[in-house]
Formats: sequence, C-alpha cells, structure tokens
Amino acid sequence: MKLYCLSGHPTLPCNVLKFKSTTIMLDCGLDTTSVLNFLPLPLVHSPRLSKLPGWVSKDGTINLEKELKECAGRVFVDSQPEFCLPERELLDLSNIDVILISNYHCMMALPYITEHTGFTGTVYATEPTLQIGRLLMEEVVNFMERVPKAQSATCWKNKEIQRMLPGPLKDAVDVWTWKRCYSMQEVNSALSKVQLVGYSQKVELFGAVQISPLSSGYSLGSSNWIIQSHHEKVSYVSGSSLLTTHPQPMDQSSLKNSDVLILTGLTQMPTANPDGMLGEFCSNLAMTIRAGGNVLVPCYSSGVIYDLLECLYQFIESANLGTTPFYFISPVANSSLEFSQIFAEWLCHNKQSKVYLPEPPFPHAELIQTNKLKHYPSIHGDFSSEFRQPCVVFTGHPSLRFGDVVHFMELWGKSGLNTIIFTEPDFSYLDALAPYQPLAMKCVYCPIDTRLNFHQVSKLLKEVQPLHVVCPEQYTQPPLTQSHRSDLMLELQPPPMPYRRCSVLNLPFRRRYERVYIMPELANSLVPSEIKPGISVATVSAVVHSKDNKHTLQSVPKPPPVAPSKKRKRVMDEPPVVLAPKPLLSGAVPLEAFLATLQKHGITEVKVEETADGHILHLQAEDTLIQLEEDGTHIVCDNNEPLRTTLRDLVLRFLQKL
Amino acid sequence: MPEINVTPLGAGQDVGRSCILVSIGGKNIMLDCGMHMGYNDDRRFPDFSYITQNGRLTDFLDCVIISHFHLDHCGALPYMSEMVGYDGPIYMTHPTKAICPILLEDFRKITVDKKGETNFFTSQMIKDCMKKVVPLNLHQTVQVDDELEIKAYYAGHVLGAAMVHIKVGSESVVYTGDYNMTPDRHLGAAWIDKCRPDILISESTYATTIRDSKRCRERDFLKKVHESIERGGKVLIPVFALGRAQELCILLETFWERMNLKAPIYFSTGLTEKANHYYKLFITWTNQKIRKTFVQRNMFEFKHIKAFDRSYADNPGPMVVFATPGMLHAGQSLQIFKKWAGNEKNMVIMPGYCVQGTIGHKILNGQRKLEMEGRATLDVKLQVEYMSFSAHADAKGIMQLIRMAEPRNMLLVHGEAAKMEFLKGKIEQEFSIDCYMPANGETATVTTNPSVPVDISLNLLKREMALGGPLPDPKRPRTMHGTLIMKENSLKLVSSEQALKELGLNEHQLRFTCRVQLQDPHSDPDTLHRIYTHLKSVLKGYTIQHLPDGTVMVESIVIKVSSSAEDSNAKVLLLSWSYQDEDLGSFLSTLLKKGLPSGLC
Repeated sequence: MKLYCLSGHPTLPCNVLKFKSTTIMLDCGLDTTSVLNFLPLPLVHSPRLSKLPGWVSKDGTINLEKELKECAGRVFVDSQPEFCLPERELLDLSNIDVILISNYHCMMALPYITEHTGFTGTVYATEPTLQIGRLLMEEVVNFMERVPKAQSATCWKNKEIQRMLPGPLKDAVDVWTWKRCYSMQEVNSALSKVQLVGYSQKVELFGAVQISPLSSGYSLGSSNWIIQSHHEKVSYVSGSSLLTTHPQPMDQSSLKNSDVLILTGLTQMPTANPDGMLGEFCSNLAMTIRAGGNVLVPCYSSGVIYDLLECLYQFIESANLGTTPFYFISPVANSSLEFSQIFAEWLCHNKQSKVYLPEPPFPHAELIQTNKLKHYPSIHGDFSSEFRQPCVVFTGHPSLRFGDVVHFMELWGKSGLNTIIFTEPDFSYLDALAPYQPLAMKCVYCPIDTRLNFHQVSKLLKEVQPLHVVCPEQYTQPPLTQSHRSDLMLELQPPPMPYRRCSVLNLPFRRRYERVYIMPELANSLVPSEIKPGISVATVSAVVHSKDNKHTLQSVPKPPPVAPSKKRKRVMDEPPVVLAPKPLLSGAVPLEAFLATLQKHGITEVKVEETADGHILHLQAEDTLIQLEEDGTHIVCDNNEPLRTTLRDLVLRFLQKL
Repeated sequence: MPEINVTPLGAGQDVGRSCILVSIGGKNIMLDCGMHMGYNDDRRFPDFSYITQNGRLTDFLDCVIISHFHLDHCGALPYMSEMVGYDGPIYMTHPTKAICPILLEDFRKITVDKKGETNFFTSQMIKDCMKKVVPLNLHQTVQVDDELEIKAYYAGHVLGAAMVHIKVGSESVVYTGDYNMTPDRHLGAAWIDKCRPDILISESTYATTIRDSKRCRERDFLKKVHESIERGGKVLIPVFALGRAQELCILLETFWERMNLKAPIYFSTGLTEKANHYYKLFITWTNQKIRKTFVQRNMFEFKHIKAFDRSYADNPGPMVVFATPGMLHAGQSLQIFKKWAGNEKNMVIMPGYCVQGTIGHKILNGQRKLEMEGRATLDVKLQVEYMSFSAHADAKGIMQLIRMAEPRNMLLVHGEAAKMEFLKGKIEQEFSIDCYMPANGETATVTTNPSVPVDISLNLLKREMALGGPLPDPKRPRTMHGTLIMKENSLKLVSSEQALKELGLNEHQLRFTCRVQLQDPHSDPDTLHRIYTHLKSVLKGYTIQHLPDGTVMVESIVIKVSSSAEDSNAKVLLLSWSYQDEDLGSFLSTLLKKGLPSGLC
C-alpha cells in the first residue's frame, strides 16, 4: 500500500492512495497562494495600478518592464493570476479510479485533474460539497473572465531570469507548471463526474474496497473518509472541526480502529481562538461604522460568512447598527445564501429543528427580508445606484487579487476612516495588501479557522488510537515563526510519518486475511471436530470462484464417471486422481488403547519392544512392524495391502486431522 | 435453515393502516404504522395484540420505520407508541418527521374535536411520540444495533417518501412503502440499487394498471377546472394543509402560466406561507427540474395563487379556491361550500379520501340534500368531482423496480387481493421467483440460504490463485484445501500447516514402508533406472526424480533398490511414503508388484 503526495499545502491536500487493487485520490486541493505574486485585476481601470513602474534589474541587463511591475518595493507579475497545481508527474493520473472530496475548499483543482489527465473514474462528494464547490468555482471563473488580460507573462518564468528576480518571486517553485484558471465548460464537465453520497453511506469500489464519508463538522457537507476492506482500515481526516458552528458535528467514533490515519487540514491559525476573533471582528466593525467609516470584509462566498452573518444578526441591534447597510457582493451571493437554507440534513441539530417549524435554518434569511442585508452579483448594475455609506461589504476574493474586493481596495484604501477586516486564514494579510501599499485604511487581522488545533487533534488521536499516523511534514515541527512552541506540533508514539510534495510513502500494512464466502452447500458438508474446548476445526476442500474481487468457496464438483473406453484393461494402470490431499495429522497414538484395538480386529500376537522414543510393535503372524512414537508412526508392511490399509485406519482413529 | 417471516397487521390484501412486521435474523421490525380511513372503530388501527397480549411493545420490536407522512402509513403511530407503549427508535426521513406531526394533529382535531370521539391520542402524545423519532438521510447506512442496519432510498410518492433496505448479516429485506417510478410535477422517480434482497415487499395499489394514469388524471382535473372557469363558475378544492395541496398548486400555477388565464386562484389562510415553506426548505427532495432552478425561481413561491379572504367568496366571476380542511367537515372549506353549493355552474373537487360522516363523504356518495345544524337543509346543485392524485407505481413500474433490485422473493401488500393475484402471476412468470401476498395476520415465511463469511489467510488464497495461473480457466477450477478454525465467533480458513501452528499442536507423521520383490536381471543401478523410465511413462504430470544417491523420488515417495545376497536377479524395492501421499504410495506399490515391462531399456 502506497501514498503519493501531490500537494505540499497541508490544508489544500491532494494525495493518492493505492489500496488493494484500487487507486484513490484523496482531495484535489488547489494552492491559490501563488496568485499573491500577481498584480490585482481591477474591475474598472485603475490609474494607480497602470502607472506602476516596470521592473528592470539593477545592472540593467534584464528588462521585464512589460511583465513585472514594482509597488512599494515588491515586484508583481502583470498577468492573469495563475494557480499552483497538484503534482502531475509523480504517477500516471489516468489510472485513478476514484477521487474522494472532503469539502468544497479541497476540490478546486478538480477540472485540471479530470479534464486533462485522461481521468475516466468517478468523483465522490456530498451534495452540499458539490453544490457549494460549484459556486466557488463559478465565482473564480467569473472573477477572471470578466476582466480578461490580453497578455500572458511568461518570460519571468525562464529559470535563468527567475534566479535574478527579487524575492518572493525568486523562490517560487515550479512556476512553469502554474496554470491559468479553467473555464466554466471545464468546471461543468468535471462536476458531471461527481457521484453524490450521504454521510455513513457505504460505497463498494470494485468489490475490493469500501469507502464511506463521515461528518467532519467543518463546513456544510464536509466529510472525512473511511477506506476499508474487511481487514484493513484507512481513515482520511481532512478539515475537521469540533466547534459548534453550523455544520453537523464531527463523527469521531467511526474513525476508531484504523490501521493508518492520514491527517490533513488542521487549523492554519493554531494560536488564534475563533470565538475571540469573532468578538474582535464585531467590535472593530462597530467602531469603524460609528466613526463614519466603511468596513471591507474579504471572504469566500460560503462557509465562515454564514457564521459571521449569524453573529452580526445577534449583534446589530445591541450595537445600534440597525440602519447600517450590509452588502454581500459576489456572482454567487444569492445562490450561496439560498443553498445554505436547503441543506437541513447537513446542519447541526439546532438548525435542523428550525426546519421542522418550518423556519429557515440560518437567520440571514431574516436579514435579507428586513433589508438589512442586500446581495448583488457585482458592483455594476443595481449596486452602484443603491449603495449607501458608511456600510459593511462582504466580497471576494480573499487574496485581494481579483473579484470585486479589488475595487473597494482602490476606493477605500486612501482613507484612514475605513477598515479592512481579514477573516479568512488562507492568505497572509501582509502579502495580500502588498500591491496596495501605501495604504491609509486600517487593517485588522482576525483569522477565523475552525479546523482542529493541535490540542484537539492529540486528544482525538488518543481516543481513536490509529496504529499509524501520516501527516504533512509541517505538522511534525513547530511553526517557523514560533520555533519554541513545541505544543504547536504533533507528538505521537510511534512518531507520525511525514510527507511533503512529491513524497511516496510505503504505508506500514501487513495484509494477512481476506474475506471469502463459503456457499451454503459446502458449509453444510463440513464436518467440524472439537480439538480443544471451544475450538473446532474442519478440513475444507473447495473450488475458489473469484468474481469482481469477491471470492466464494464452492463444493468440488464430483468428477464425471470415466467413460468406458477400449483401453479398459489399462484402467488400473492410471495413476490416482487426487481430489483432496490428505490432511495433516496431530496427536499421538496411545500404546494400550492401540493394542486393544488391534486385538478387537483379530491381531493378537503382538510383541512390544520398548525403544528410546517409544515402542516397536511386531505383529508376528503378519510379519509387520509398527513403530509408535510421540510425533510419528511408521508402518512397515510388505505385500499385504488389505492389512496395511486396516492398520492405517486404526492408527488414524487416534489422530486429529487438520 | 434461517428464515424471514413477514406478517402484515394492516395492508395485507388491503389498502389502509399499513403495518407490516418483519422478523429477520432474530430482529423484529415494524414497517409503517398507519390507520384505516374507512373505519371509525377498533379496526381503524392495526391489531397490536398480535405482537403481545400484555401491553408494551418495546421488548418485542427492535425498531419502527415509517415510509412517508400519509396517515394510512403513520396515523397509528402515537397510538402505538404512547397508548400501547413503545419506547424504541422510530425512523423516518427529515421531511416526514417535519410534516407527519402536523397531519396527525389535523386528523386528531377532526376525530376528537369535531366528531367528539374519546379514546384517541392527544396533542401531547403526538409530541411525545415525535421525540422518539430518529431522522434518516437518504443512502445513509444506519446501524440500529450491532447487527441490524437500515438504508433509505428515494421513493417519489410524496415529499420525503422513502423505501428502506433492512439488513442483518447477509439476509435482507426491502420495503417500498408507496412509490412512484415516473417523475411527476414536483417529485423525482424512485430508485434503488441492485441490492438483491431476500424479499422485496412492494405496494401494489395499481397492480393491474399499465401506463401511468397520473398524467391522465391531471389532464382531467385541469380540463374540469378550466371548463368551469370558462363558464364563469367557481371551483372549490378542499385540501389538507400539506401534500396534495402543494402538488395541485404547482399544477394550476403552471397551467395558468401556460394558458395565460386571468381568473384568480386563492389559498385559504393559515396554510399558504407556512406549508409552502416546508417544500422550499426540503427542495433537495423534489425533482431535478425544481432543484436546478430553485435559486432563480422557487416553484413553491406561487405567482398566481394569492391568500384568500373570507369576503372574496361573494365576489362575482370565476375563481378557484383551495380551502382547508380536506373533508368538508368544518372550517373555511365548509363555509365556502355552503355559499356555493346552490349554483350548478360551480364545482367542488375532492382530491382525496373522505371519512364516513363528513359532508365530503356524503356528497361523494351522491347525496344531494344535506341536513345542516338547526334543521336547515342544503340543496347541493354544484358539480361534485372526485379525483385521486396519489402517485403510485403501476404494474410496469413494479416490474421495473423488481428488475432494479433483483429480489429472490417478492411479497405484495397495499392492494386489492384480486389485483394482487394477477400481478403475482405475472411476476412469477416473468422473473421465476416466488411471490407472496399474505392477508392481515397471516405470516409469509421465506427460508434463506446465506453463505458463511470466513476470513481466509492471504497466503492460502494467494497460493491457490497462483496455482490457477494468472487468468481463471473455467475448465480447470481452482481447488483449495485448508483447515477451518472455529473459535468463538471467528471463522478462519488457513493452510493445515498454519492451523497446526496457530493451535499449538505438533504434527504426527504417519509413514508407510513396503518391500516389493521383483525379478529383474540387471544391475541395481540399471534396475533403478528402468523403474525411473517406467514410472515416467506411466505417471504423467508428476515430479519424478532420479537422484544421484541411488533413489528415485516420485513426489515425496522414496524408492530404493537392493538385490538379495543369493540371487542378484531377485531385487527388493523399498518404497516409503507418508500419509499425505497415501493414494500415490498405494498405487505405486501395486504397480511395481506387477513387475517392469520388458521393453524398457
């Protein structure tokens, strides 16, 4: 059993597991941090961005002013932002049988894999994961396609040139494999390969392996996966949460008894408490509004935003923000808000019971109804005429490189009254802000990451006790910036097996048993004998039928009667057809009892001679020797086949057959 | 031999009070717990005394599963759980869990508040009963206990309707509840995977109907409404808050849209918003088309259908009004009915069943003069139409489901005996499987023949696989030999050697030695070689070796030659073999006794 690691990003994993005869891709995460190296894509022409100076190396030998622009001491690529894809050279991706998706953030690379590698398999995901994942993909495609860039920068990727560039561009890896965003057509084609599954649904793969998604508590429809056969179990834990937010709670007990547990998607903010961050978010928001400023919240259009809106719903009145307009701007804003209300089955108990009343599970329905929250597909159209300040705007993309957020950065960045509040943990906020410097607006960093922290995960592992843990190497040492914090790493016995991008791990598995089914007819013909108290054995001779990786044992068919042939005379010369080999024997032949048995069969003249290891019985009338020992019996008998077989059967009476 | 018993307490050769007991692998499961709408006495509920005479059922049932919210499938639930007594788990889907208590409460009100019956469950009992409900998700495998697992499949019929697969070990039963194999205006078609249950328990309401008659009934309904509106009449449709009401609304809404009709459609108060809300929140349970478009346009937000005000009833001109309750026994629907009954241009359409004693029941039976409170009589001049809108699988659909699930036996419930008989014949003929149709209280027994799961050591399995070559050869079945160790509950199949080791036993060698006298005028080595050549020609496919130490080995049988001191032509062959080679050893000694053929060199 092997694990191929195609992504180096611990929260956006992409691994391939070879288990029995199946090849299973676990998640298909897209590392989007690469876009931070690019210049933002403004929705409306930005004089500031267009006036940025081009980059020329200090000695003037390299001139890339068309491709690279300089802003506040950093160099950015002026081209459509590109993503860092999962590794595609480590193994032949066309052999992948299935892809298991754990949550909607971990499927963004799907079109690159399913559409361009010869993939012919099936993708498994829950319904919310599929629907919301589709929205997130649609959003990114929309962000990119509505501001097409004519030129595509490639010169800077030349190895010789890249070496000469200032950091962090100089240190970016595999830039040649970076790719532009896919098209909506590719998204649709990729998602048409998704097969929906429900929590705890058992899905058979080729009869060899069973997969089953479990609630992971992180987002709507998010799941961990169990991949098991009758005797081996691999758990794949990705993006799980124990906090009570909107999703169904995490199913922990089903992870028990794993041989291997693959652990990814821990919190990226191990030192930030989500509740505290939520409080800080609210108070900074209220402070800015009261001072007459605007608040910009760069965010994804699904996930934490539901919790932020719910928190604000409770907070608005008490903070006297009842008249402040809240705007949610995204091409998929409406869909995201609508979809969140129809997945009752996937929500926490509290929200589920609301549906029985019937009320919408999320209070943002009420915010919309009372006109406190308004949503728009983009800043163009209705928004521009209805827009009032001061206000709060939720919009994407959290990298600040594309989407409507770019416009608000240009619009509000120059005023110290305004505040940008970062809640998404995926991007370093300093890097995100770099191309907007110098900036007068206030920046508040309250990353909310509800995924498991190190304390929670070690408690979880203690509970579920996997034999082996596999995890990204980042989890086996403290973060670079906090190297003294040994509590911010995994310490396990045996130590976890670390992986990095392009690792191939041999998973420590010893498969020893396989499930077979004995057909009723054969089962009825078995003759068990008790060999020790409570333990019985039976010898089995059977025909193995293997179909779809399932094995059944059936009775050995009786050989057809020998057709009468002309060579009948020679039939005796034919060697015996052995249907079943003789069983192994165990036990010992007790002398007295054996003698008594011989007597019963008319063999009376027996001379017993004692030897070092047992006895030699001399059957005088028959001129036959029987050597009885603790671990063996030897019958020496000439020219008397009937006698030999009788003796054989008498000896066998005393022995156990296996 | 293990067996599965199925006993209907209701719905056996009948429609109404569905309640089917299944005992499988030592587990007892109750499927549905409905009431019979045709009776007002004890026969209204299933006869739970069949399960036990002394009251509570908790000890006798492992779980109860409700397929959907129709009262003939869940109407007796509070009676069973709270009045007879059952505290175990009750499984139903989320929409059923949401809607079922509302319908139960509706029905309770009619029976108790309006008809004054006592000995009926109370509102509190409905609430207590619902607390015992565990919601089911589609396709989720729910482990009721260590052995019993259930899994729900989409059934179509009504919002949240489910079929359920019940499995204990390798035995299983599928219960369909009511289902629909063709998608309709708001729901999708039933689907199940090839789960090969031992028994498929199917409804058979439309056992003899071929062709989906629902489309026809819909067309009929629309035609009647349309005609009535055209001639300026008013149409009253008495409905219950949930279920059929929404379905008919969608039907009229799309019809109005298509035909560009202007006559107003009203929905009586109290149920519009709220009831439609259930449908909006459970949109994932509707059909593909509605689900796909719900963000742009939610099918349950009606453009043409507006809230009704009591004053509208006197407005001139045509209109359509949906009003509660569904059997014209009280409330708004009755008030409107009284107003409109005198005009023959008007129409009332009863889209569902009516209990005896209600006005709905009376007019459906053709009564044209009704006695009202205070000795007044009401002349019924308007048109009265009955239309059943329930969505059930027709004969074709039932056959289709059998093809999908591939059951080993079939069992029909929820239908009329004569029609069942017809379908039973068809099923037995087409699928060559047994088909049962027990009456209420009658038990159908099916013996199952489960295979025995065993853990085989991979070494043993691989050894056998290797013997068979890389590809299975149908002419040479791969036989394997091993020892089955039965210890507590585990069954392990290992090689005999491994079995000895695992059980801590030592092997006992049984050997045989046999001397054979032979006349052969050759030197000893030559004789040995002659034996070797002879055996080579006789024993095809065996390993025969001529070893340098002066022995011939056939498999593991040792053959040695010596000559007697007196006569060097009289040879003595010494054969020695172990018990494992008994057949071959015995054969060889007999063979060699006959001497060597002369033609050997």
